[in-house]
Amino acid sequence: MIYFDKVTKKYLDGVKVVKDVSLTIEPEEFVSIVGHSGAGKTTLLRMLLGEEAPTSGVVFFESTNINKIRKTQMNKYRRRIGIVFQDFRLLPNRTAYENVAFAMEAAGRTDDEIISDVPHVLNLVDLGEKHGSFPQELSGGEQQRVAIARAIVNQPDVLIADEPTGNLDPDNTEDIIKILKKVNELGTTVILTTHNKDVINSLGRKRVITMEGGEVVRDGNGGYVL
Amino acid sequence: MITTTIRRIIKTGFTNFWRNGIVSISSILMMTVTLSVVIFLLLSSNLFSLTLDRVKNEIDINVYATTEATPEEVLKLKQDLEFLPEVDTIEYISREQVLSNFREKHRNDEQIIQALEALEESPLGAVLNIKAKEISQYSGIAKFLESKTVLSDEDPNIVEKVNYAQNKIMIEGLNKTINAVHKFGIALVIILIVVSILITFNTIRLVIFISREEIKVMRLVGANNTFIRGPFIFEGIIYGVMASFITIILSYPVLFWVNPFIEKIFLIDLLSYFFSNIFMFFGVSLVVGTFLGIISSILAVRKYLKV
Repeated sequence: MIYFDKVTKKYLDGVKVVKDVSLTIEPEEFVSIVGHSGAGKTTLLRMLLGEEAPTSGVVFFESTNINKIRKTQMNKYRRRIGIVFQDFRLLPNRTAYENVAFAMEAAGRTDDEIISDVPHVLNLVDLGEKHGSFPQELSGGEQQRVAIARAIVNQPDVLIADEPTGNLDPDNTEDIIKILKKVNELGTTVILTTHNKDVINSLGRKRVITMEGGEVVRDGNGGYVL
Repeated sequence: MITTTIRRIIKTGFTNFWRNGIVSISSILMMTVTLSVVIFLLLSSNLFSLTLDRVKNEIDINVYATTEATPEEVLKLKQDLEFLPEVDTIEYISREQVLSNFREKHRNDEQIIQALEALEESPLGAVLNIKAKEISQYSGIAKFLESKTVLSDEDPNIVEKVNYAQNKIMIEGLNKTINAVHKFGIALVIILIVVSILITFNTIRLVIFISREEIKVMRLVGANNTFIRGPFIFEGIIYGVMASFITIILSYPVLFWVNPFIEKIFLIDLLSYFFSNIFMFFGVSLVVGTFLGIISSILAVRKYLKV
């Protein structure tokens, strides 16, 4: 479903942040990418999102070369991918409900769909009762759950979670990972980046890709090796 | 689909406007300042041109004919003068009229009336009052009259006196003042408008700068540019509309307060002028405000849409 073919990313100062990475991610897989800060995890994801172009090599989403998607079509492509960030990135002036509804409005969904889907997704992340709260009224864990609800409400093919538990305490971290597993079980491919050992251990025998200095140094099932 | 999008854009615009409270108010106030400057300039340019018209109307050249000149000769001179392109109107005042005007003016002065009675014939000749189209053209007309009197082969000369020389200093002084005020006025107008537009633009840019992270998030969630830009533009329109209402409403007490002074100095009732043209003033500020709001929003958002 997602293919990185000999992808290298070099910044203007000549530093290679991603070196000759080749990867295949299958549909409905749950893949974790681990590595220290600066290992190239985020850059890899940014290339998948089309926010950055590889210096050499290609990134494919199904049969589409992401780097060849026209600017005007980019927003349609992005609707097929849900994203969750370490810093949540909710719209501060909107309630939990409106944040989730915004993703549906942006995708051009009808009012009926919004009215029926948003409460459903908020229930899925256990926030049914807090739909009217603004982000600053929610805890970090709750904000991240709103972000997940927003990311999955349009039923994307892939959910990218970039260090989603980086700002959370262990209890909230556990909740978020549970929700991500649930989303994966419902049929969405999940790509998770983290440098938290407990997170990886809690995922059991799922696939873990380890990156170091821009290269993939290990790609296998289970375990946290750094 | 399109109506849904427009409806959502308008709804989001209103929501953002409401929830951004203080920021929205400051934008409206900045815009009100700009629109007030526009209204002020409109009013003062009107005041200036009305005053100018009045002063212009009071200026003329008087040609005093000799007592020997027959009405036909004076009317012939009038005809000649009317051929000049500079001349706007010429008023002919006959000897009889001049005399009765003079009597009227001095009717309380026994001595003069008696002296006048003693004379067999009126000592006053006919008069031509000449008005030029532009103040600067009086000197041309005066030159023509001079050539008529000095170089005239008609004998005897029918022109006793032209009062241009007396008025000359005043006319030329006024002419210079008008030119200076005009140039200075245009420069002032341009500076004021540019400054206030820049201030409004910067305020709106600041408002959108606050939202730059939101814009990024919207893009990542898959919103297209129209959907992101729309609410900001709509907010810009709200600023413009609200600011023009406030400007017009605030203009009333301010004008009410300054009008007596203006009436004393310029002899013009600005308040009634404002009221008889209130829709024009409202329309102008509405158009300027809305345009400014839209343009500022488009330019400010554009910067953050390049992800």
